[in-house]
Amino acid sequence: MDTVTRRRFLLASAAAGGAAALATGGMGLARLLDTAGEDDPEAAGGGDKLVVITLYGGNDGLNTVVPYADAAYHSARPELAYEPERVLALDDSLGLNPVLPGLKRIWDRQQLAIVLGVGYPRPDRSHFRSMDIWQTASPQAPVATGWVGRWLDGVDAPPEAAVSFEPVLPPLLVGETRVGACVSVDGLHLPPGIDADTVAALGQAQSGESSLHLRAAESYRDFLRADEIVRQAAQADLPPDAAGLPPLPATATGGASALAAQLALVTRCVEAGVPTRVYSVSLGGFDTHADELVGQEWLLKQLDEALSAFVQRLAVTKAGRRVTVLVYSEFGRRVRANASDGTDHGTAGPVFVLGPAVAGGRYGEQPSLTDLDDGDLKATMDFRDVVGTLIGSVLHADPAQYLGGYQPTPLPLFRVSL
Amino acid sequence: MMSGDLAMLLRRAGFGPTAAELAAAERVGYSATVERLMAPVGPDRGAARAPIPVLGPDAFDDLPNPTVEERTRAEALRIEHSDAIIRWWLDRLTVADHQANEKLLFFWHGHWATSMRKVGSPQFMLAQHMKIRSSPSFRTMARKLVSDPALVYWLDGQLNTRSAPNENLARELLELFTLGIGNYTEQDVKAAGRALTGWKTDLSHPENAIFFPADHDSGRKTILGTTAHFDAYSLVDHLTDQPACARFIAERLWFRYVSSTEPIAASTLRKMVAAYPVGMRMLRVLFEDEEFRSARHRVVKQPVEWLVGALRQLRIRPADFSKQTLHQVVSGLSGLGQVPFAPLSVGGWPSGAAWLTSAAAQARLGFADLLAGLTQIDRLNPEELANLLAVETWTNRTYLVLQRAKNPRQLLTLGLASPEYLVN
Repeated sequence: MDTVTRRRFLLASAAAGGAAALATGGMGLARLLDTAGEDDPEAAGGGDKLVVITLYGGNDGLNTVVPYADAAYHSARPELAYEPERVLALDDSLGLNPVLPGLKRIWDRQQLAIVLGVGYPRPDRSHFRSMDIWQTASPQAPVATGWVGRWLDGVDAPPEAAVSFEPVLPPLLVGETRVGACVSVDGLHLPPGIDADTVAALGQAQSGESSLHLRAAESYRDFLRADEIVRQAAQADLPPDAAGLPPLPATATGGASALAAQLALVTRCVEAGVPTRVYSVSLGGFDTHADELVGQEWLLKQLDEALSAFVQRLAVTKAGRRVTVLVYSEFGRRVRANASDGTDHGTAGPVFVLGPAVAGGRYGEQPSLTDLDDGDLKATMDFRDVVGTLIGSVLHADPAQYLGGYQPTPLPLFRVSL
Repeated sequence: MMSGDLAMLLRRAGFGPTAAELAAAERVGYSATVERLMAPVGPDRGAARAPIPVLGPDAFDDLPNPTVEERTRAEALRIEHSDAIIRWWLDRLTVADHQANEKLLFFWHGHWATSMRKVGSPQFMLAQHMKIRSSPSFRTMARKLVSDPALVYWLDGQLNTRSAPNENLARELLELFTLGIGNYTEQDVKAAGRALTGWKTDLSHPENAIFFPADHDSGRKTILGTTAHFDAYSLVDHLTDQPACARFIAERLWFRYVSSTEPIAASTLRKMVAAYPVGMRMLRVLFEDEEFRSARHRVVKQPVEWLVGALRQLRIRPADFSKQTLHQVVSGLSGLGQVPFAPLSVGGWPSGAAWLTSAAAQARLGFADLLAGLTQIDRLNPEELANLLAVETWTNRTYLVLQRAKNPRQLLTLGLASPEYLVN
């Protein structure tokens, strides 16, 4: 066993003991984290955090950031187009969907960056493949690791460094040697009759076992540890600037398991000082082939309520002011509506980057609605430029190292350096 | 010790032995068991119970400009087809008696590592599978696969033309399928790419890609020191004739069957190379080799191995799954990181500790509970559980955990999740 593995192994043993103690009302977050023995997480940019929001299904970018002044927009999708007087105008050419007033307020406070026409070369219209491309940041060939996963590898991060509140770990958080943790929003999911103590006992090391057996056992302790860290955040002592604040509502349009609940948990973790650097949360259902207006507005409303409450709250605390949010979807939709008042799978779309440190405004170029590639928008920005900017500015790492050698052109997305 | 030796052989050569198979092996001993595994007598009667599905044409064949309704219908049909081939393969792995055959085929699937997620067509995937299945020799297999529509599409071969070369397939052919890094130059990749020009895929033809002579570069190419008018087939023959190819295949087998961290021993490599190009012969050499028998090396069960082993031992057949159960099982495999016909990259499946993540730990507990819930076992104690799962012995740790179980389902769940059961 190498030194690093051994160190982590010993620490995780301590944590597993902690999990067992907890079940009987034992130790709190501070001690749980102390056992990690990491360097001061606030030092060297360690307090800067990224929240990645994935909109599954392919969000219609043209009806999210609406080119309302462009006649081609209205003629391509007459049944689906928003009239100029309804959109929340950002300037004389673009406006937000009318159900996004919260995001409009964040825009007015100049904390919302809208990057236009974001895509990648040779767009793929399969949900799976395109989502893989965004999450692995490898348009040229399928690879098994996500861009956050490769960063976890690079910094030899503990499992809690990247946490997903989705039901299944997204490829985004998978590295070759390090993998993020998957924590369910509504409590530890264990089979009936099998409690955390039992799992912790299964995770105990047995002397004389092979290193792979030891690793297998350790994985159960890692799983409990990540879960415990998140749960403990709910009871942790908060810093003075967060102590008096009410918890963010976990229910909103869309129900308890939706985005609001995930972001409420992120808020709590951030304010309690959980050392997670990257959170992955999501909202699904954007595959609007038919009756799009109703469906997309319902989803965008959820996004707007949850996201604007979250970003507003971030600005209140010191820890929150170091959080940046990325919102993306695997592709936009075709410019022209189909015969079912919906749109089919398309290509480029807008990406949102927002947070207290973000320099709000428009970035990049809105793709032309007339100069199309077989009916689809031509991307004007490679998504790896956005991702690379975040790797550099939020994770304080060398973007090219984690983008398969792609040299991103950094965008000036930050008002203050994190 | 003898028994442990045999259990390890059966676990690695196949997908997890039943207690009956282990007992039968113990009666005849190691050498006779290797013989039975490598050259089973008679047809595979178990496998005959899992006939190959007949899918009919691809759902998108003959739909050049689908309407929304047509597209929705076709997508639903593709999901049905994809479910059918996944269900069939899992079932076949479970009921087949010739376990070593099936395990080796699974190895080759990971070797050529083609994913339905990009290829799209279940018909293409099944056709590729059948080519692998009908190729005992690696040389024959490589010849069939170089113009296989699934592989060609997966690696952008259909974009590779004389006027606009695309090297993707050529590079992976040299790097990942035949020679390995360090055994070719960039010039060789370029020249091999030219040899592979001219192939296009067509959904109506899952058996073979279609050759367009006008797009093929028929000029002379120099590849690994030989100059000729190479085309796809002569290129593959040339590559699989290289001594480096025999070594590379031996190393890949060692990596999956013995150790993903320790390099192959020189003497083992020599003997396996002599048995190239027939995969089964190479495996026989490996299983009879002292390095293998010493049990000095460990491998982590891949999720499909773990699942199929459990299905065999618990006598559960995927053919009997309801649609809902099938989807739960596939999503369980997805949570563990390995869905058949869908490797994440052309590099193939992960190995070793990469399977043992905290997210997989959580997924595995739920998955084990699902499997345990599909069986009817009224009484079970830890000793009987060890026998059922062909685990030699429980550590004190696991034994204490197993004693916490209040019913057979919990006991099974914990046994299937135990570190002892996860590592071969």
